[in-house]
Amino acid sequence: MRNQRLNWIVCAVAIVALCGISSAQVTQDQEDQSLGTEAHIGKLTGHAQAAKMNYRRYCVGCHGVLGDGEGENAAWLDPKPRNFTLATFKCRSTPSGTLPTDEDLFNTIGRGLESSNMPSWNPLSSQARADLVAYVKHFSERWKTEKSGAVIEVTPEPPITADRIKAGQAMFQKLECWKCHGVEGRANGPSADTLTDDQNRPIKPFNFHDQTRFKCGTEDRDLYRIFMTGLDGTPMPSFADNVKPEEAWDLVFYLRTLQPMHSKEKEIAKQLGLKPINPNAPAPAPADSGK
Amino acid sequence: MKTLNGHKLAVILGVAVVLGFVVMISLPYGVKAAPPSGGGVTGTIKLDGAAPHQKPIDMSKEPTCAAQHKDHPITTEGVVAGADGGLANVVVYVSEGWTGGDVTPAAEPEVTQKGCQYLPHVLGLGVNEHFKVVNADQTSHNIHPMPAPGGQNHEWNKSQPPGAQPIDTSWPAQEVAIHVKCNIHPWMSGYMVVVKGPYGVSDDKGSYKIDNLPPGNYTLTAWQETYGTQTQKITVAAGKPATANFTFKAK
Repeated sequence: MRNQRLNWIVCAVAIVALCGISSAQVTQDQEDQSLGTEAHIGKLTGHAQAAKMNYRRYCVGCHGVLGDGEGENAAWLDPKPRNFTLATFKCRSTPSGTLPTDEDLFNTIGRGLESSNMPSWNPLSSQARADLVAYVKHFSERWKTEKSGAVIEVTPEPPITADRIKAGQAMFQKLECWKCHGVEGRANGPSADTLTDDQNRPIKPFNFHDQTRFKCGTEDRDLYRIFMTGLDGTPMPSFADNVKPEEAWDLVFYLRTLQPMHSKEKEIAKQLGLKPINPNAPAPAPADSGK
Repeated sequence: MKTLNGHKLAVILGVAVVLGFVVMISLPYGVKAAPPSGGGVTGTIKLDGAAPHQKPIDMSKEPTCAAQHKDHPITTEGVVAGADGGLANVVVYVSEGWTGGDVTPAAEPEVTQKGCQYLPHVLGLGVNEHFKVVNADQTSHNIHPMPAPGGQNHEWNKSQPPGAQPIDTSWPAQEVAIHVKCNIHPWMSGYMVVVKGPYGVSDDKGSYKIDNLPPGNYTLTAWQETYGTQTQKITVAAGKPATANFTFKAK
């Protein structure tokens, strides 16, 4: 009697174990297959397989074993670590709604993300970072069925002039950047308090008045790229359909005048005696906008 | 006797094989024969009970929009029911039984941002069907559709200043439903319902109509943004449209 019961238990345990092993086998196979994912950055080729150890060592704490952004530290972080299984990224050179290029991800890993817990990983070799790009990609099926979006080129930067800064201010008013970023860029526009990200968590607009580095870089071209591509997963939209390259540069120069550090733009604005925009001013005549 | 039996068997087998071939060849043609016209479905969507209170929307932060609604204050649109209980903005679509391809409508569907609202509030769409997003307001909007994460449709977010060209795009996969919002005007809320076959959207009397549905057996699904979905099996006969009414219980 006792033996029989023991037999049953052994049998049940064996079945459960077998099921466990076979399902583990499947996921292991799928894992091995997607670990063949590659990344191409210039002459570098990154291999997901080669990034396994580095990911476990440096990334897993926040981004999690499954790459879903649910690492053990995630609960204490805001903004939350990226969920790589969705393949939605803020910093891209590609249109809103499309996949970033491998180079975009490579740059993000190297630079880190301002105002978040994502540090710069430049201390790792460039080969190791390229491998990590491939590893980030291996978490989402999107990379198997879709290509990266067409890169939105950043045109050469024109010289900074007083006229451009004034035109940039007109763009700031016309595009209604101030609705979120505030008339002086202090992140206190009328919609600022209501903003949420794609996970429905509150999110703040960029404060030009006391932040020097942007989410996706520190240079003029990075700022240009941010409003052309938008920051997917956040309220920041893409303006690529409605802003010409020249106008984008004007806006870059104006936004520099709002920032705390010394710059040529700030000096010119001082000479011009530039005042913050008046959001209640009547819309400019059509002749102004048709330049 | 034995040899005769063998012959008989051979003849029977032969006839069976030939018949089998004939059936196999003719079957696909029978299925592919042009469907008799004049099918389709019509019906009414009713709300059983009193519609839940819809909150008034304060648009004072956007004076150009607030001015448009001075005489008719705007409320949320989670449940829009007429006086006789007709439920508007319900999408009825063929969830089972549709064997045709993508449906192309006569005109390109359009959603217009007017008075800081989406018109229509719910837009029915076919998979891969092109649609336009228009800004008729004197203010900038950002169009931010939020498909379910991890699916084949992906979130995008584009600014559309006053007077800008319409956005022309489509969705690659079925999804019921994609929420659309504007981050600048947080009260703005709309839906896009993307389905594979023919569909109809109920008007403010609760009536809907699905054209181009050939005779056959189908399952219809009705989707309402607050109450979810209901299904119903129907048979469409040749000559006249079938009727399928749905009733949602007020909660």
